[in-house]
Amino acid sequence: MSDTASLAPVTLSRRQFLVAGTSATGAFVLGMPLPNLLAGDDSTERQLGFFIEVQPDGRVIIGTNQPEIGQGVRTALPMLVAEELDVDWDTVNIRAMPLGLIKTADGYTWKYGGQGVGGSTGLTSNWDFMREVGATARQQLIRAAAARWNVAPDTCNTEPGYVVGPTRGARLSYADLVTDAAALAVPEERPPLKAVAEYRIVGKHHKTIDARDIVTGKAKYGIDTRQPDMRFAVIARSPYLNGRPHSFDDSDARKVDGVLDVFEIEGPAPGEPYQILASGVAVVATSTWAAIQGRAALEIVWDRGPNANDSSDAFWAENARLLDGKGQVVVDDGDFDAAMTGVDTVVEHRYEVPFVNHAPLEPQNCYAFVEADRCHIIAPTQMPAGAIQSAAWATGLEPEHIHVEFPRVGGGFGRRLTNDYVAEAALISKKTGWPIKLQWTREDDVKHDFYRPAGTHEMRAGLNARGEVLAWTQRLASASKYYRRPNMPDENLWEAELYPDDVPRNIVPNVRLEYFHNAIGVPRGSWRAPAHTANAFVIQSFIDEVAHETGQDPLQLRIDLYGEERELAYANHGGPTFNPGRLTRLLEFVADRIGYGTGTPDGRGIGLASHFTFGGYAAHAIEVEVSDSGDLSIERIVAAMDCGYAVHPNAVEAQLQGGTVDGISTALGLQITVKDGQIEQSNFHDYPLARIATFPSRFETHILPYDETPTGVGEIGVPTAAPALTNAIFAATGKRIRRLPILDQLKA
Amino acid sequence: MISFRVNSEDVVFEGDERTPLLWVLRDHSDLTGTKFGCGIGQCGACTVLVDGRAQRSCITPISSIEGRSITTIEGLATSDEELHPVQTAWLEYDVPQCGFCQAGQIMATVDLLQRIPNPTDADIDAQLTNICRCGTYARIRQAIHRAAELQVGGGRDV
Ligand code: FES
Ligand code: FES
Repeated sequence: MSDTASLAPVTLSRRQFLVAGTSATGAFVLGMPLPNLLAGDDSTERQLGFFIEVQPDGRVIIGTNQPEIGQGVRTALPMLVAEELDVDWDTVNIRAMPLGLIKTADGYTWKYGGQGVGGSTGLTSNWDFMREVGATARQQLIRAAAARWNVAPDTCNTEPGYVVGPTRGARLSYADLVTDAAALAVPEERPPLKAVAEYRIVGKHHKTIDARDIVTGKAKYGIDTRQPDMRFAVIARSPYLNGRPHSFDDSDARKVDGVLDVFEIEGPAPGEPYQILASGVAVVATSTWAAIQGRAALEIVWDRGPNANDSSDAFWAENARLLDGKGQVVVDDGDFDAAMTGVDTVVEHRYEVPFVNHAPLEPQNCYAFVEADRCHIIAPTQMPAGAIQSAAWATGLEPEHIHVEFPRVGGGFGRRLTNDYVAEAALISKKTGWPIKLQWTREDDVKHDFYRPAGTHEMRAGLNARGEVLAWTQRLASASKYYRRPNMPDENLWEAELYPDDVPRNIVPNVRLEYFHNAIGVPRGSWRAPAHTANAFVIQSFIDEVAHETGQDPLQLRIDLYGEERELAYANHGGPTFNPGRLTRLLEFVADRIGYGTGTPDGRGIGLASHFTFGGYAAHAIEVEVSDSGDLSIERIVAAMDCGYAVHPNAVEAQLQGGTVDGISTALGLQITVKDGQIEQSNFHDYPLARIATFPSRFETHILPYDETPTGVGEIGVPTAAPALTNAIFAATGKRIRRLPILDQLKA
Repeated sequence: MISFRVNSEDVVFEGDERTPLLWVLRDHSDLTGTKFGCGIGQCGACTVLVDGRAQRSCITPISSIEGRSITTIEGLATSDEELHPVQTAWLEYDVPQCGFCQAGQIMATVDLLQRIPNPTDADIDAQLTNICRCGTYARIRQAIHRAAELQVGGGRDV
């Protein structure tokens, strides 16, 4: 994730800054005021960071402030506003709001609140805010009606689109009240919010807002950007990690019809933070295809740089070597060594989790037009604030002169938390003076990414004669995601890779976590549910192994470990507490649905896994069949999620389905490997995302509500899919998968 | 010079004849509903109908399109109101997440249902090889079955 701290946004405390006003078209608008407006800019839409507009004809427009990457936030957030405003959902139109960074006398502030999606926070961080926005607008309309009727506001109520008064037949439409409502000052006190039981829109099934535009090909993504005089650019980036062009011959490239310019792009020095990923040579042309052809015609001699000997083989060997020594102890509860001397059984295994690529289906792209005093950016991004920073770095312009638009995004998965491609496009536009559309090809994307970190996990547990786990250790040698972050001390590198409060901490009395850093030159970053994907695989596999090796049932051992419902301390993202009993509930549910323990035919097996990720709980039960020749077929999937309260159940289900697919696809066949300092994979033929045939028609997803507090849902469904799959493979075959991806290990 | 039809309109392309149909549609004809996902025929995001049959436009040189008739996602529906049954089924099951693959999935399904009007799950597994990175496969499967029903009921050709 880009570091946005240097913009130091001033936090507007929410409620007291909401104001009402009238738009140029006479609509009632509720939003956030802009302090210190530029002179002459006095239309109310500009003055208000607009969230709600009730138009004189009764139509309601609700603004969404968060990037839509397919997670449904563009539908879910307006649902919250519409619910509290009390309007019919089908009278609502949704309008995307641009990035609202403005400079005030006190520094930078966000006109529409913080804008960025990652860590499953898009909904949770806006849950109170959006409801208050809706409720505040409703109060304005009620007070306007009460004033007309000369009654007390608290004697009035609303029904969808109308204020209803205390006297018989007193009823005014919101449309009739827009002018009056706009003239009233917004009171200081917070408006009352509805009880969950009163919801008519939230918590109900609604279709995705843009689905019709998508299925008719009208939806516009960053890659679809068309602007006047736009030129097209691609970059030949160094195939060597930390390499750079030594020299290049562009004479053939310049002969390609449509090629306009060719020049070098300088990447970061080895070890420096990444503003862009690599050095290379840019080709600018009159069309995407001409740019691609021009690039193919370049003759580049690469300076292979300091990582030319990096390889996956050396990486895994180095991990093994590290694990034979002593690492950085980051958790040391009880007395692990003493406990291990007294135990009855010791179980110990190592697991390997590979680097993986994000591969959002829309390849990276960015439109940039840099002029002397301003810059216009249109980019698919999860972190628009980071896009401003990237463009500011590339252009030297002040953030307030950089205008960022963020259209619908063709997949995020964490890749677009980083805006390196924005910096690249801005560099090319600045150098040429032209409006530039930078296009990455799939090869660019597979070979240049902030990959999910790889690591080797050594697990060891000691059990007493009753089969109780008394001591537990996880020793991880990995390539930390925090590598090459600005201001990141080495002793903090582990924090991105081990989440200390995961199971079984605070459950098993003696727990030790130890970390070793392996500084291979592969760039790395946040991949959907970051380290939970590795840790859930390892922990949930190892619990299974402990159960089998001590003659216990894997489901029962988990239930014994998790225990009753209670809140345990959880200091990482998703805390401050974690209730392991909620995992038990989900596990028992999926086990029951799939018929766990009722016996499976030869060659079949059922695997289970459950995990707590960023505040949400998930469990998977998967049934597989493995033929004598080692062909794997997934017969049945039962997935369940407890996200507290499901605001937009349709999207929760979609995220659980998609997370399951992601987890299984990645476990089956995906890895990024390095040889001679270069990434070996290049496109979907050797980075084979799973297709529909992998997934059975018996694929159920269940949402188990828990309370009235929603958690994020975008990442929760991923981590448990892989271990449920490999546990099922063990149940079917007796073969334990300790190295991902599975590939042809079942054939051996 | 290559002449062909796109969504019932005549188009002439005068550039490099090796240019893939995908980039002619996107950069030349401004028909951006057809998506670029891989460029090597793997993902299917670029699927269009060429004379009614699904084809991956990223590996289709424009020279092979002389005189042919192309349907893209923009030209699939009869009108803004009357969608193709596959589009209708996609909406009923609310298939899209990010949506980027869906034009290709829909075009591939239109072709599939022309060849196999009532496909089994095994037919779908064997025939539909488009990638959805967001993992909408469960809903795609349901929507294909639904589209098959709608076509039998409402049945029309593309
Ligand atoms: S873009 Fe044509 S198959 Fe992927
Ligand atoms: S919906 Fe995102 S790739 Fe299919």
